[in-house]
Amino acid sequence: MGNPVVIVGSGLAGYAVARELRKLNAEIPIVMISADHGGFYSKPMLSNALSTGKTPESILNGDAVQMASQLKITIRSHCRVTAIDQPGCAVILVGGEKIFYDQLVLALGADQVSLPLSGDGVAKILTVNDLDDYKKFRDALAGKKRVTIIGAGLIGCEFANDLATAGYHVDVIDISAQPLGRLLPSEGGSFIRQKLEESGVVFHLNASTQSIDQVRERLCITFANDASIETDIVLSAVGLRPRTQLAAAAGIPVNRGIVVNRLLQTQFSNIYALGDCAEVEGKVLPFVMPITHAARALAATLSGNPTPVLYPAMPVIVKTPACSTVVSPPDFSIQGEWHVDADKDGVKALYRDETGNLLGYALLGAATKEKNNLTAQLPPVLM
Amino acid sequence: MKRFQCNICGLIYDESTGDPEHGIKAGTRWEDIPEGWTCPECGVCKIDFEMVEI
Repeated sequence: MGNPVVIVGSGLAGYAVARELRKLNAEIPIVMISADHGGFYSKPMLSNALSTGKTPESILNGDAVQMASQLKITIRSHCRVTAIDQPGCAVILVGGEKIFYDQLVLALGADQVSLPLSGDGVAKILTVNDLDDYKKFRDALAGKKRVTIIGAGLIGCEFANDLATAGYHVDVIDISAQPLGRLLPSEGGSFIRQKLEESGVVFHLNASTQSIDQVRERLCITFANDASIETDIVLSAVGLRPRTQLAAAAGIPVNRGIVVNRLLQTQFSNIYALGDCAEVEGKVLPFVMPITHAARALAATLSGNPTPVLYPAMPVIVKTPACSTVVSPPDFSIQGEWHVDADKDGVKALYRDETGNLLGYALLGAATKEKNNLTAQLPPVLM
Repeated sequence: MKRFQCNICGLIYDESTGDPEHGIKAGTRWEDIPEGWTCPECGVCKIDFEMVEI
């Protein structure tokens, strides 16, 4: 055997590939390169760790040394890849070291989008995109009472619920008219908004954040309409941008994400991508379930049995205990519309095409019990 | 009755409540869940769950 399978990235996607590949092949050498500590943890747990009584330390499932021995792989922690030498089949690390590969897997993840804001408090804005960020966030929370979250999407709502449950005063700001605007029709947005408000969250919607200024030890957030609020901590959660720079610099086609086919293969036959950095047949799916499916298919491909990824319908559970919510976002490029049943106990929103086929759903409150029945009626995301 | 947590997504399987939506009755012990069962949230297998304190 020649050079190893090199996996760049130690997030859920990188580890999922390593784990699945090791299940299929006990011998194949695997090298994982991580820009951070390289340990394994569950990223989805970060946004509900306060109410589940977890600390950054207890979220870490295994450090790099433990994981390397468990999976029989080599982990290079705190090593950043600066370039891919595609013709030479090597990645180049900071400092110039080259690591040669037979097959390369890009599991680079995504960056938090940062808003263009003004003011001398902008440097104080926190984001949580990994465990190290989360440690900083928890340290910053010590002794503080008020947290403002910019962005009422999935991550923003989950953190808001978690912080409110833990006793913090939570403000949530979003430029749109409702929380979870990309996932829910307006009735669903109103329902989750009300439930989160009942648990203490204060929403500022249709609000465009303009500047953040330091006022003594607090931060003052000013909106475009000149209204302002004061807070101790600002957490930004306005979206993710797939990390494509490394691939683009090596001549690998990128669009929103690194462009791959059904085999998770880039234009170059021995370079693959999956997870938040990848665009599979035009789809960027930043959730856990697609990673599980992609990693299984890719592991088979890497061990010599080319296997296209199949995505079934993949519902996403929003971890907001104040309002149980599950969504299966439709492909909005297909013409269709929401059909909504809402009452005081829940919201059942079904997205149907013109001939009545179910393409997606959003279920809140009592309606979530229909999840499995409805999921069975959904088309696969990629078949 | 024990509880098991998915290493990947954090979902908790509680033996006392089971996973009736996927055919696992309340009270089903972990070892009695069929090997083909997967995490309802992220799709991983039983092997990727760990027992957690109650």
